Amino acid sequence: MPADSLFRALGPADKSVLIEFEGAFLSVPAGISLAAALLLSGVTHTRESAVNGRPGAPYCMMGVCFECLVEVDGQANCQACLLPVRAGMRVRRQRGARDVRVGDHGEEGADE
Amino acid sequence: MNNQTVDLIVIGAGPAGMSAALEATRQGLSVVVLDEQPGPGGQIYRNVLQADPRSRSVLGEDYEAGAGLAAAFLQCGARYLANAAIWQVTPQRQVHYLIDGRAEVLQGRHVLIATGAFERPMPIPGWTLPGVMTAGAGQILLKSAALVPGGPVVLAGCGPLLYLLAVQYLRAGITLEALVDTSGRGDLARAWRKVPRALRGWRELLKGLGLLAELKRAGIRHFRDARNLLVEGQAQAHSLSFDSNGCRWNIPATRVLLHQGVVPNTQISWSLRAEHDWNEQQLCWITRRNRWGETSLPGIFIAGDSGAIGGAQVAQLEGRLAALAVVAKLGNIDAQQLQQLAKPYRKALRRQRAARPLIDALYRPQQQNRIPANEVIVCRCEEVSAGAIRHYVELGCLGPNQTKAFGRCGMGPCQGRLCGLSVTEIIAEHRQVPAAEVGYYRIRSPLKPITLGQLATEKPLTQEHL
Amino acid sequence: MQKPDVIIVGGGLVGMSIAYGLALLGRQVSVLDEGDDAFRAARGNFGLLWVQGKGYGMSPYAQWTRESVALWPRLEASLQADTGIDVHLRQSGGFQLCLTDDEMAEESRRLLWLREALAGDYPFELLDSAQLRARLPGVGPSVVGGCYSPMDGHVNPLKLLRALYAACRMRGVKIINGHRVSVIGQFASGFELQAGEQRWYAGQIVLAAGLGNRQLGAQLGMDVPVHPNRGQILVTERLKPFLHYPTTYVRQTDEGTVQLGDSHESLGFDDGTSSAVMADIARRAVQCFPQLDQVRLVRAWGALRVLSADGFPIYEASQACPGAFVVSCHSGVTLAAIHALRLAPWIAGEFDDPAVLPFSLQRFSQKKEVCHAG
Repeated sequence: MPADSLFRALGPADKSVLIEFEGAFLSVPAGISLAAALLLSGVTHTRESAVNGRPGAPYCMMGVCFECLVEVDGQANCQACLLPVRAGMRVRRQRGARDVRVGDHGEEGADE
Repeated sequence: MNNQTVDLIVIGAGPAGMSAALEATRQGLSVVVLDEQPGPGGQIYRNVLQADPRSRSVLGEDYEAGAGLAAAFLQCGARYLANAAIWQVTPQRQVHYLIDGRAEVLQGRHVLIATGAFERPMPIPGWTLPGVMTAGAGQILLKSAALVPGGPVVLAGCGPLLYLLAVQYLRAGITLEALVDTSGRGDLARAWRKVPRALRGWRELLKGLGLLAELKRAGIRHFRDARNLLVEGQAQAHSLSFDSNGCRWNIPATRVLLHQGVVPNTQISWSLRAEHDWNEQQLCWITRRNRWGETSLPGIFIAGDSGAIGGAQVAQLEGRLAALAVVAKLGNIDAQQLQQLAKPYRKALRRQRAARPLIDALYRPQQQNRIPANEVIVCRCEEVSAGAIRHYVELGCLGPNQTKAFGRCGMGPCQGRLCGLSVTEIIAEHRQVPAAEVGYYRIRSPLKPITLGQLATEKPLTQEHL
Repeated sequence: MQKPDVIIVGGGLVGMSIAYGLALLGRQVSVLDEGDDAFRAARGNFGLLWVQGKGYGMSPYAQWTRESVALWPRLEASLQADTGIDVHLRQSGGFQLCLTDDEMAEESRRLLWLREALAGDYPFELLDSAQLRARLPGVGPSVVGGCYSPMDGHVNPLKLLRALYAACRMRGVKIINGHRVSVIGQFASGFELQAGEQRWYAGQIVLAAGLGNRQLGAQLGMDVPVHPNRGQILVTERLKPFLHYPTTYVRQTDEGTVQLGDSHESLGFDDGTSSAVMADIARRAVQCFPQLDQVRLVRAWGALRVLSADGFPIYEASQACPGAFVVSCHSGVTLAAIHALRLAPWIAGEFDDPAVLPFSLQRFSQKKEVCHAG
């Protein structure tokens, strides 16, 4: 946790879970929302706007503003404030727009 | 999910929704309550049944009071579906929702919208920087995760919630760098003179004064009449600057929590094309309702803050009254019984509503914090500035649907929830016409994002259930 | 008040394209338009510049459409020069995807008829599923084949609308918003238009009021057979560019969002509740491009298309009321260029355009024929 944490817990958690954010493991209290867990872990921004790259971070915490979009287990544009943390959850920043491009172009362009 | 028609579908399990379910089941109705949250309580009593004892003690007795209501609600016999995101409601009272990743539909004889409120946007320069949140968000973190700011924090804006959160933080041992109040000392006297029968609101007023006294005793720096607020920082907020007492101040803070009141969540009623009126006192749209809460669409009711801001006590009473009206419509009670049963609720409602005009006048958000300067972003999803909206007005746009077409403002995933009021007011100011004449976005489903796969596999209701 | 040469009733894509064309010729033009909720057809536009399949049963329409897309680069350049707005014209060619063999057979039949009607000058390719997949990676297994035509393309219709507004303003067109014209009177010197208490006068009027043309035309003794045809469009969240060609069901915009819908009026969406229709559109989109399954829908529009009795445009210069024109069509984007650059000069009396004649109202009194639109 960085020295200047954005949010801190009032007390120690009864139970913790491990989640992964941008490849790093974070131990966070069980039962809280993913957005809360990221704030607690000192994550300053959680998305980069698909329009202009502006960094965004949890703002309303109640599902209204869509600022806390992250990629969870490969699914893009998830609202972190509405998702409870789950052990083993793999989270990445939502960087710009979702990518649906088909990965294996090799098979199909063979006759060219 | 079974496809039977239910007597009453309640959307939202805050004080209004829970109370409506309690009253309706007591009168023998079949009730389903759909809730976007994981547990009952709404935002005001969020997580009230599971809250950490440490947060409970700082949140205070008004919050604690919700526990009894939520517990009774879970026992009342209504079917409670948590984590349900409503993406469409039809005038025929079908409610389409997502639950566990599936799309479901439910048919109701009546629908009660009890979706509460969200915070009024406060578009000041720098409000999109990470580190800036709403005061409500700060309170939700306290209620649902027992989290408090770890670094220097400033609260800015106006309204009872701002003082309440300041006191709650104080009790949790957090010292605010400052409380930057956009309302001022003069507002109280002015509001008092302007609002007839304001004395009837003394209870609420005392509560507010008590909070302020507590902050004063603790020595919190309280700036009043703050103007020209600006959050400074590059990639992250590092300070709030503003004018007050004749000078410019700059308060370093890594957390800036903004608040200037709450406004009804009217997305569903707009999507239903129900009648709405601009309310100049609360500076927001209000769905037109009769005294039982029924909208211009037969069988569709609204109770609580999603109808008009009244607070948790008013919400509970409105929920009960709407439920009684539904009971009467179904013929379970006659008109006389209805009046009889409603009487105590009506009396309490008059008392509870008395303070509202005073609060509205006292904490009226400043024009400069609702109708910002050109460079301020109003649409966070599509990154549209206030200046762009004004430019589209100059090209000939009369209302928010035209500016939406011209510049995508309101087209993003939040569906205009965070820019709608600002855009209406910016256009009204620029055209120099009343907001009522400008109108609002034409809201359409999906009210919540739904994947194409979910939509494609929704099981439609069969004709017999209509 | 100064009297303009021409008043155009209707500020949608059709009215604004004509206004722009007239302004380019130096005419004094006013546009009368309704309020905030009025741009229904323009806002519901799919943004296709579509040629293939159009004009089946009426070859002059196929010809007219082809000429419009040929004129489009000139319109784009002119708008860009006047306003700096890039309307994102892409004339890359487009694909029609077919989900059944019957659809494929029907589509081929129409295209072959059109090629013959246009004396062979009608390029397209019929593709089987393997050929299609090689050209459009990501196409789903239930797509049986498709047609490609280099004539097709797309544009950002909302940017087009804004560019037309800005360009018209810049060229002195007076845009008078917030009025619904209810009464038209004819005088020796021209026409009087009334909306509430307000009145306007002009020597020439162009009715481009979409569905409103029926009622307005009747006041000048013209029977304008247009009716609404509801279409829905779904719009997804923004995606990284994955689809580089427009198709009739699925189109990725320059902003990254994907529009899903159906530009084929003949398939019709008149009946059925809206959520059933939305589910249908979603299902077909996922069939066409399975990777869209997890993609979120963010918006949906219901738009009313303006469909004439035979599905083809109406361009009428009134015989009984000289100076009154009626323009109705449902392809405001595809035809924007020809409306600005050929129809407007015809309205202005710059030259006789025989290509316009087949679209007069006369055809409806001659015979009652039901043809497919599109």
